[in-house]
Amino acid sequence: MANNTAPRYASNDGVIEAAQAALGDMLIDARVHVGEIALHVRRDDLASAMMQLRDTEGLEYQQLMEIAGVDYPEREERFEVVYCLLSLTRNHRLRVHVSTDDAHPVPTVTSLWPVAGWLEREVFDMYGVLFAGNTDLRRILTDYGFRGHPQRKDFPLSGYVEMRYSEEHKRVVYEPVSLAQDFRTFDFMSPWEGAEYVLPGDEKAPQAPGAPTPLKADEVKK
Amino acid sequence: MSDRLETLVTDEKPSVGDVEIQNYTINFGPQHPAAHGVLRLVLELDGEIVERVDPHVGLLHRGTEKLIEYKTYLQALPYFDRLDYCSPMCMEHSYVLAIERLLGLEVPLRAQYLRVLFAEITRISNHMLNLGSHVMDVGAMTPNLWLFEIREDTLGFYERASGARMHAAWFRPGGVHQDVPLKLLADIGDWVDNRCPQLFEDAISLVADNRIFKQRNVDIAVVPKDDAVAWGFSGPMIRGSGIPWDIRKSQPYDVYDRMDFDVPVGTRGDCYDRFMVRVEEVRQSMRIIRQCLAQMPEGPISSLDRKVVPPKRGEMKQSMEALIHHFKLYTEGFHVPAGDIYVATESPKGEFGVYLVSDGTNKPYRCKIRPTAFSHLQAMDYMSRGHMLADTTAILGAMDIVFGECDR
Repeated sequence: MANNTAPRYASNDGVIEAAQAALGDMLIDARVHVGEIALHVRRDDLASAMMQLRDTEGLEYQQLMEIAGVDYPEREERFEVVYCLLSLTRNHRLRVHVSTDDAHPVPTVTSLWPVAGWLEREVFDMYGVLFAGNTDLRRILTDYGFRGHPQRKDFPLSGYVEMRYSEEHKRVVYEPVSLAQDFRTFDFMSPWEGAEYVLPGDEKAPQAPGAPTPLKADEVKK
Repeated sequence: MSDRLETLVTDEKPSVGDVEIQNYTINFGPQHPAAHGVLRLVLELDGEIVERVDPHVGLLHRGTEKLIEYKTYLQALPYFDRLDYCSPMCMEHSYVLAIERLLGLEVPLRAQYLRVLFAEITRISNHMLNLGSHVMDVGAMTPNLWLFEIREDTLGFYERASGARMHAAWFRPGGVHQDVPLKLLADIGDWVDNRCPQLFEDAISLVADNRIFKQRNVDIAVVPKDDAVAWGFSGPMIRGSGIPWDIRKSQPYDVYDRMDFDVPVGTRGDCYDRFMVRVEEVRQSMRIIRQCLAQMPEGPISSLDRKVVPPKRGEMKQSMEALIHHFKLYTEGFHVPAGDIYVATESPKGEFGVYLVSDGTNKPYRCKIRPTAFSHLQAMDYMSRGHMLADTTAILGAMDIVFGECDR
């Protein structure tokens, strides 16, 4: 699906085939979505798969630009770690996904790209995903002594503690969050499309069609 | 780097009368004017030579990515201004492009020109701050004051276009919020032909060939090409190391493919090269601005898809349908089809990317922001090792770090 504004890089033709040839059965799934290639890779083989993607001629993804965590609590392995790769010589972008949970560590890629050090630290800090082999897996963005992993979907937006300077103790103190006003979150989802709650009275008409499944970006007809 | 160490450290045992100095650790920041915000560097020093740097970031972490998950797509847009608050509109740019990509939205040509025009004004504005503070970090005062004159002008243009001097929130999925007055375009044209180059060249002539400035920057923190790639550098940092990589050129977005501009690169990969790359980028930005003004067509400034872009207020008074659209867009907001996309643009500091995951509802499921400063700052340890303590400010100044973006 093309629009006329997004960054335009080299075509995706043949990239998936080349990746399949290079990765073999390390590759679980490959798809093109909204014009961008995403490869799902077996977690334990991540480091060697990344090495192949970086060093194989015709792939040459020299730069690791970003590691993003995503939380899908309903999945068996709830976290997905997304690596955004960039090839400077072929002018192409690609994403590599692995899934994991909070018990199974993901192999580190710091030996391939030193930049992965902080990026992995951030995913660890935000989601609690462990990276085997990262020697410096400290928290990075949150406060010293912070507890929990704030980007998880089950972590409340307001957090658990708040901080203030106590004149009495002459230092900063942490206290449980107390909101002076109720946290106001409005659900503006239309009840005809996408809302998941049951409106009062709906239970009387079980035959009424539920909310339609939203379209995928690829399925939208313009 | 290692040769440099060897010239400074001798193998001789301390003799009588010599004082043996232990390594010691100092804090640089978080309240230090040369730390460019709330950076805390834990420096391990051997005398005045930096042995190890451990940057502590996150002091400005506000949970932007978490907050965005609780807002509709449009409500989340102003958060982007507050990331890199020195170049607000370039932050919005990645975000709106990501949404447009998922929606498959076509954007009218005039809107694309306006966005490119203001992205380049933003680039000038950002570089004025960075070049000015870099020279001030290494001891020069005057250029900073002169460059701020230019920055003041660009903020004036921001205000006349969007109503706000910094946090513009002017880009919209589908175009821009409002059209600009003709007088503003005329004034920008006049400014870019006269006032801006004059002030800029005057200020840069004070430092570009200045002996003290060169002593502080030439051969400081040399980064070879391979290391620049491995450390995930982008923008002026990777170009300073001699790699001609500019997303505006190689992966053009909006109307950058219609623009004629050069990509400056450094030859040595030191702080001076990074500085001079930015200086040349400002001149190229002026070229792009002139081309935008010359080529910009008349026409709508945002998409006419009423399921995404709200109608004009005048229309709302006349048309029932327009009123309904307005109400729906400002309460429920538009729905973005399920999918995920990583969109990166060339912000003044480097590659600024947004990884957007949509689940088909009116709120982003996940919006990962790829800041430029995060990867660059990580290389601080590698770049500073073996340099003098005073060089850390030059290295930091040439990195162009802003903490709103780094810490999110």
